[in-house]
Amino acid sequence: MKSSVITFPGSNCDRDMDVALKKFGFKNKMVWHADAELPKSDLVVLPGGFSYGDYLRCGSMASKSKIMQSVINFANSGGMVMGICNGFQILVEAGLVPGVLLRNKYLEFICKNVFVKINDKKNKYFKNVDNEVLEFHIAHNEGNYFCTNDQLKEIEDNNQIAINYCNENGKIEDQFNPNGSIKNIAGIFNKEKNVLGMMPHPERMIDTSLSGEDGSLFFKNLINNLK
Amino acid sequence: MIVNEQVAVDHGLKKDEYAKICELLKRTPNITELGIFSAMWNEHCSYKSSRLHLKKLPTKGKKVIQGPGENAGVIDIEDNDAIVFKIESHNHPSFIEPYQGAATGVGGIMRDVFTMGARPIANLNSIHFGSPQNKKTKNLLRGVVHGIGGYGNCMGVPTIAGQTSFDSSYNGNILVNAMTLGLVKKDKIFYSKAAGLNKPVIYVGSKTGRDGIHGASMASASFDEKIEEKKPTVQVGDPFTEKLLLEACLELMAGDSIIAIQDMGAAGLTSSSIEMASKGKLGIEINLNKVPCREAKMTPYEIMLSESQERMLIVLENGKEEQAKKIFDKWNLDFAVIGKTTKSKKIELYFNEEKVADIPVNTLVENSPMYDRKWKKAKLPKKNKIKKEDIKHLKIIEVLKKILANPNVCNKEWIWQQYDHTVMGDTIQKPGGDAGVVRVHGTDKAVAASVDSSAIYCWAHPLTGGKQVVCESFRNLISVGAKPIAITNCLNFGSPENEENMGEFVECVQGIGEASDYLKFPVVSGNVSFYNQTKDQGIKPTPAIGGVGLIKDYKNMITMDFKEVDNLVLVIGKTEGHIDQSLFARTILDEKNGPPPEVNLFNEKNNGETLLKLIDNKLIKSAHDVSLGGIITAVAKMCIKGKKGINIKKPKYLINEIEYLFAEDQGRYIIEINKKDFKKVADILNKNAVHFDELGTIIKNEVYINDKTKVTIDELSTSNKSWLTNYMSK
Repeated sequence: MKSSVITFPGSNCDRDMDVALKKFGFKNKMVWHADAELPKSDLVVLPGGFSYGDYLRCGSMASKSKIMQSVINFANSGGMVMGICNGFQILVEAGLVPGVLLRNKYLEFICKNVFVKINDKKNKYFKNVDNEVLEFHIAHNEGNYFCTNDQLKEIEDNNQIAINYCNENGKIEDQFNPNGSIKNIAGIFNKEKNVLGMMPHPERMIDTSLSGEDGSLFFKNLINNLK
Repeated sequence: MIVNEQVAVDHGLKKDEYAKICELLKRTPNITELGIFSAMWNEHCSYKSSRLHLKKLPTKGKKVIQGPGENAGVIDIEDNDAIVFKIESHNHPSFIEPYQGAATGVGGIMRDVFTMGARPIANLNSIHFGSPQNKKTKNLLRGVVHGIGGYGNCMGVPTIAGQTSFDSSYNGNILVNAMTLGLVKKDKIFYSKAAGLNKPVIYVGSKTGRDGIHGASMASASFDEKIEEKKPTVQVGDPFTEKLLLEACLELMAGDSIIAIQDMGAAGLTSSSIEMASKGKLGIEINLNKVPCREAKMTPYEIMLSESQERMLIVLENGKEEQAKKIFDKWNLDFAVIGKTTKSKKIELYFNEEKVADIPVNTLVENSPMYDRKWKKAKLPKKNKIKKEDIKHLKIIEVLKKILANPNVCNKEWIWQQYDHTVMGDTIQKPGGDAGVVRVHGTDKAVAASVDSSAIYCWAHPLTGGKQVVCESFRNLISVGAKPIAITNCLNFGSPENEENMGEFVECVQGIGEASDYLKFPVVSGNVSFYNQTKDQGIKPTPAIGGVGLIKDYKNMITMDFKEVDNLVLVIGKTEGHIDQSLFARTILDEKNGPPPEVNLFNEKNNGETLLKLIDNKLIKSAHDVSLGGIITAVAKMCIKGKKGINIKKPKYLINEIEYLFAEDQGRYIIEINKKDFKKVADILNKNAVHFDELGTIIKNEVYINDKTKVTIDELSTSNKSWLTNYMSK
């Protein structure tokens, strides 16, 4: 399986994503934001970080990068595109997934482990994951997902919510919501479910010595689903 | 502007210093030259009050590749890998403008590390605030934490450990010390020594603005009522540009075009160009019209003294300019050839085709003032005798809860959750343990780092305090299973012109030197911050020690959380019952006098090395050093982290229960071992003449002390966790 990770100026989880993808069998290429063409890929990842220093709005300038036109075309033709953290913010700004990401409710950067409940398994990202709940890791300042009521209705009608913040037993309640997101939303699909944006970093959970191993589970499953 | 003695005094120079400048130049300096002298001769850049004493520190060792004098120290961690590290203060700016002050402190120290060719792999910090009741404290703490996070998180470098304390002596002068570790190949280390004639001098990074002019001078003076006016001297950070600068520099460093490189930190273009010239025994000629400026009509004076951030100066091989420029263009950074190296041994500046400065480099560096300041030796205070009736009524559990909730002991999650501590995917011990640990990417090795200070002990007796901080750093590294290699120090003191403050400095440095010499734990880099005082009120002497150690196989790392019910808990090291200056004495008995605990270097070394042996033999399940709050506080933290309880039986030697549990004797650790290993462990400890006590057995959920007192771990955890969160949310 071939993957591409885009490096924007200010991306800082690009290497971590490269390490994770390779660990689970992807042949990964790093792609520079100013390139016009995407290499042939089965998966394109927009990594976390602070593209353009989060200036203007998080992800907004990166969404206008030269490479993004190819990414958008790739996504529109059904290609798998995953945005993690700042990558999620870029997807939102590029209009590939609905909604916006506001500053965290308590106006503080949060770095910690969280639990997320998988809301939908009829997609190539979470199909065949045995667990209902995954322990992931977040590290962000602007992960407070927001959208209009109409959008929310559409999202729910189409079952576009990918994961929600919850406790270890899968309970989705306000107290387990780290950043104030509507409906505890931690990740969301486009309508066709080939594009996934999520705040948690599965690439930081790929080793028992790190924060945990549920990221390994995610990537192993993902590459199998793509085969 | 005409330069005279008054103008020089306004620049922070003393009258005799100004006379010396005129004598060295054999003429009156112009305003640009005076600015340059004032920047190079201030305390921050010249170390004029400290140099004499810093010379006495041990700086060499088998593992030391580079000691003090470069941008940062470098140590060998084998297999052609090396760690570059340093700690630096950004105290004065952080008090005036906490967010930017702290942020640019973090940015500055990271630049020092990547200037040497190393990719930063971990950040740490030591931050000290006034009393929680002081009305400024909360906002300063919030601003500093946001600033540290804002810069470090954006750079994508994990913040893996730190230290926060509160003491009223910091009410008017907070301390913000930032430390960075970087990883480099031993044969790809870059230095700041220029070499060769007519080599192009290159400016890269951000443009130069009017921010931070006289920042270094501000950091070399005391505060008074007018500090608000000093806001414009605080630099403004742009971590995004620094991230680009990091990547661009490392890309350029992969080739072989750089002769020397130096970041523009304190005193900006002035100190960077002069340092490179001085080390290379060369001259440098700069055309200031070529310097990329952010603002129009900047004068030579402003260009030379600006402390705009995220800039570097490089001496390049001839003919490599185009190739280098391409890299900086790719990262959208300014790149300008602004001058060349010369044989004049002078710094010569041109602006609008006029020579605006002409100064022999040695007058700025070798001839800079050095003072043997007067200092007062501190007496060892008399021991207090604790009266039985003072402690008779105390309930151990209530005291323990109070201590766990003390601002200097309590859980600091509110702080470190705001720092990205997991980016780069190699953090295997997060903040909240004895030391932070990151793997050396792609290898089995890991590097442990810790930052410590004990202002109370240093204040009570500077010589003992100085020794103690180094020992504490040593212990923290050993507690995670790392072999201590070297330290960096950030020496935060009051005014060197005050004999008592100067005495604190001299004796702390002596203590640091003695301990680091004995423990073979040399000082490879550091920074001095004087004038941490408002009017004539100085801070408690606060040397911060950043220690670095190596774990050969990261799978053997030790953490402090209790692991398993039925395991045995031992105390390594003898408890004599030293209560003076302990947290117990200060907060429970309200007794602020007396000597700090004695430091026995033989025991420190022997106990620590023996524990490392036990760890090497895989006999240790968890370990934690005993510090503030004594044995019971250390054990309570291990219980809270491991969600386990303990049944404690005080050993039957002389001192009473309270003294045994709360004393702060040095050289001690708590360890957890499997019952079946007891004989092996006891043999090793006995063979090495290490005293140990059997403290108790791990049980579920509760702490029992001598069968008569009991408390649940949840209760202790609540005491420990709630103070800071509550304080910050009020």
